Amino acid sequence: MKAVIFNIKRFAVHDGPGVRTTIFFKGCPLNCKWCHNPESKNIDIEKTDKYYKIRDIETIKTKQIGKFYQVKELVNEVKKDIVIMEESAGGVTFSGGEPLMQFDFLKEILIQMKETGLHTAVDTSGYVSEKKINEIIPYTDLFLYDLKHYNNEKHIENTGVSLLPILKNLKYILNLKKNVWIRIPIIPEINNSEEDIYGFIKTLDKLPEKPEQINLLPYHNIADNKFKRLKIENKMKNIPGLDKKTIIPFKLMLEQAGFKVKIGG
Amino acid sequence: MNNRIKKLREESLKAVNRISSERALLVTEFYKSNESQQLSIPMKRAKAFEYILKHKQICYNEGELIVGERGPEPKATPTYPEINIHSIKDLEILNSRKKVSFKSDEKTFKDFKNIIIPFWKGKSNREKVMNNMSAEWLNAYDAGVFTEFQEQRAPGHTVAGNKIYQKGMLDFINEINESIKNLDFINDSQAFDKREQLSAMKVSAYALIMWAERYAIYLESLAIKENDISRKSELENLAGICRKVPANAPETFHEAIQHYWFIHLGVVTELNPWDSFNPGRLDQHLYPFYKKETENGSLTKEKAVELLQSFWIKFNNHPAPPKVGITALESNTYTDFSLINVGGIKEDGSDASNEMTYIILDVIEEMRLLQPSSMVQLSKKNPNKLIDRAVKIIKTGYGQPSIFNTDAIIQELLFQGKDIIDARNGGASGCIETGAFGKEAYFLTGYFNFSKILELTLNNGFDHRTNKQVGLKTGNANNFTSYDELLAAYKKQLEYFIDIKIKGNNVIERIFSNNLPVPFLSLIIDDCITNGKDYNSGGAKYNTSYIQGVGTGTVTDGLSAIKHHIFEQNNFSMKELLTALSKDFIGYDDIHFKLIYESPKYGNDDDRADAVLDDVFRIFYNAVNGKPNTRRGVHRINLLPTTSHIYFGMVCGALPDGKKAGKPVSEGISPVQGADKNGPSAVIRSASKIDHLRTGGTLLNQKFTPDFFEDDEAIKKVSALVRAYFRADGHHIQFNVVSADTLRKAKKNPEQYRDLIVRVAGYSDYFNDLSEELQDEIIGRTEQFK
Repeated sequence: MKAVIFNIKRFAVHDGPGVRTTIFFKGCPLNCKWCHNPESKNIDIEKTDKYYKIRDIETIKTKQIGKFYQVKELVNEVKKDIVIMEESAGGVTFSGGEPLMQFDFLKEILIQMKETGLHTAVDTSGYVSEKKINEIIPYTDLFLYDLKHYNNEKHIENTGVSLLPILKNLKYILNLKKNVWIRIPIIPEINNSEEDIYGFIKTLDKLPEKPEQINLLPYHNIADNKFKRLKIENKMKNIPGLDKKTIIPFKLMLEQAGFKVKIGG
Repeated sequence: MNNRIKKLREESLKAVNRISSERALLVTEFYKSNESQQLSIPMKRAKAFEYILKHKQICYNEGELIVGERGPEPKATPTYPEINIHSIKDLEILNSRKKVSFKSDEKTFKDFKNIIIPFWKGKSNREKVMNNMSAEWLNAYDAGVFTEFQEQRAPGHTVAGNKIYQKGMLDFINEINESIKNLDFINDSQAFDKREQLSAMKVSAYALIMWAERYAIYLESLAIKENDISRKSELENLAGICRKVPANAPETFHEAIQHYWFIHLGVVTELNPWDSFNPGRLDQHLYPFYKKETENGSLTKEKAVELLQSFWIKFNNHPAPPKVGITALESNTYTDFSLINVGGIKEDGSDASNEMTYIILDVIEEMRLLQPSSMVQLSKKNPNKLIDRAVKIIKTGYGQPSIFNTDAIIQELLFQGKDIIDARNGGASGCIETGAFGKEAYFLTGYFNFSKILELTLNNGFDHRTNKQVGLKTGNANNFTSYDELLAAYKKQLEYFIDIKIKGNNVIERIFSNNLPVPFLSLIIDDCITNGKDYNSGGAKYNTSYIQGVGTGTVTDGLSAIKHHIFEQNNFSMKELLTALSKDFIGYDDIHFKLIYESPKYGNDDDRADAVLDDVFRIFYNAVNGKPNTRRGVHRINLLPTTSHIYFGMVCGALPDGKKAGKPVSEGISPVQGADKNGPSAVIRSASKIDHLRTGGTLLNQKFTPDFFEDDEAIKKVSALVRAYFRADGHHIQFNVVSADTLRKAKKNPEQYRDLIVRVAGYSDYFNDLSEELQDEIIGRTEQFK
């Protein structure tokens, strides 16, 4: 069994507890305007231009995005950092893209990771079938669960998909008392007003259990070069990144509503 | 920090580095005297030591609690003409060089010109050393294959153990008398030599007592003139301490520090040892005094902190004595490498961290001085509190303390045949060098340039820079048909040069033994008194000689690139590579690109490159380890550069890792600057494929951006990184927490960054004081979490 992976990040410190290795799966059903991993959208292996410097002169080379990996290969890659994962109470995180798009592979590698004794996290958009979620639950210690908007129309407008199955799956997972960290990207003009935060709180209050933590991820615009190289239009081209400080009032609002909040991953 | 310490710290920071002719003049006067002509060499050295201490100016800086200065004033730096002679040109360069200058006034110039240089010319040890080296040695030295430590300084590089806190000079004198009494003039052919040596030790011990008494007398004279009652009693108290120690064993915390400091000054006044002497496991040594006194109420924590801070300032008053000759221009290291050890384990094997450990860490953080340098020994037995505390100081961004793996150090020492108690009482000194504190004479003999060996191998032993056939003819590289053939040639070249180096070492050791014994240092290190032998002649319990390999990353990546592109993938030929190297890659962009971006590189946990690393390590280890020195000990390896990676890069042309001509090679066992792309956990995995336990120390640098340390969780993650590296037997790791951006700005506007301190390699230094090449090298290091 193989999957298309577009990046493996070791010593990842923003994708769950401790020091982690994060595996980025290629392919995503969402089409978020602010996507900072545009190379992850297409599930196929692609080619792109990359700039390199030699003796201060820039040269362009073609670079492949995405590579096929066997389960065993990836397991071995993750195992390399098992000692630091033990020392830091870290583990492995499957992210993307949407890792559940390559479901059979994900399930198999989760099973093998649990056999290795590692803490597993799945970073998901939640836009998948309940059946698939259900099948990986026994092997997933933590869900990093994206919630991009509280309003379904806005959700569709900005991500291209409905919020409803996402909320349904979230409730299902929380009902099973699984650990969930909800990740809310704060995006200028899309969800960064006080009113928006109240909207989120209203939605979060309706959940059957409190998520363990909420991560507020301020928008950054570092992906512009990636869009250029991939020759995809950057819909947020001229919008500057958000200063962390501007997020602090939102953090306080959520904390007053009884949630544990962290700015950043 | 109270006002007294603030004032002393400020004075120390403001003091200007000067060359002092005081010591050189005194030693010259003595060597000219009739008395000196009659003496055996050890006695001559001891009497010269006594003469210096008898006549050197007493320096007491107002408000000090720890007294004694190496020069006539803070940062007035002595020279050691017995070892090497500073020429007028050296003094001029030192006087005017842009970075870390040492000023000489008119009198100093005159003293050197009229008295010091005329007397010592032809008599210095450096001249003896150079005159006795073979043509092969001199060619290799000129080509930059290796450097020679003992050319500029005396062997030393040792650390005080625990015994000095239990004994005073009078106790040593008793031991010496006993040793002399037991000499066997019937059966021991060396009995007479031993008596001379022991008598010289005795003279040195009395000399230190005499010097402390001079301080006592001076302080008493100040007390008499003092009107302020509390100050008067403070001065009387200081005088009393100087009468008690170093003659007798210390009984209080204050006496213990002052006792050590007199001994420290004795060692660095006698000669100029690599590296500056240091108190070693300071928390272990001082804790019993602290505990006793805080329990009986005679000492408060505040007072103890003030005394430690006063002690710290004394170290900072002493820049490293500047070098002579070609290195005066470029080598501008300020620090003298005294490395305070805290933490680790006790001699019974249990966790040694105690209240004093954390007090000293507080002092390190608050004083924020370059000197003394500091390190934390971290054992699996130490609590996480210790490493977390250390990382919290590191994150403030001045490269201190560095972190060492106690469990690895102990295994290294055991592997070398030391007994377990000595191993547990050991630690690291200088930059990262393992030693059995108080019991070992470990000489660092010189840096060894791996990259140059590869370059010579690719050029059939011919050095294009000096235009000489420096190495062996190991064959035209174009004819190599496999990586194994190339490696075999590299091995031959390396072994050839290691043998040259070791032959040189064994001559130089004898030159020091015959001409410059160190009777004072011999008092401090076991078992010189019992053996009746000098520290420089094999008197110590353990005697090791080290060769320090440099450029591990550069040579690994170079060999790996050749293996991959030429012998496995056939991407280009050896001939094309050699042409590209000879043109410094100009016109060979494609080859240069492949070398930099498409080669397996060390530091990425890539087994292809790391297998080459293993070859590099094994060849060096086998060539050096176990070869005898002249002191009943053997040669061993360690892997550290200090600043030699700049010089070693300068003497090399373009190299197959993609390094351009003249650019630095990699430092320590760190990956080539910018070559590690998989984050710090991949770096420590690669680095742990080196068999650290068979070395006497390795040096790994990591650079993190300050942004990484935004919260306490980040500290835990760095602590975990250290723990993981140490579980894999890593010897040492240190961190720079500063962004490349800040460094670039500091280079551009130095006046705005006068306080910026960075980790170089095994020590910290002011960024402004580093050479431009070194500044660029540090900027170029991989930045984790950019």
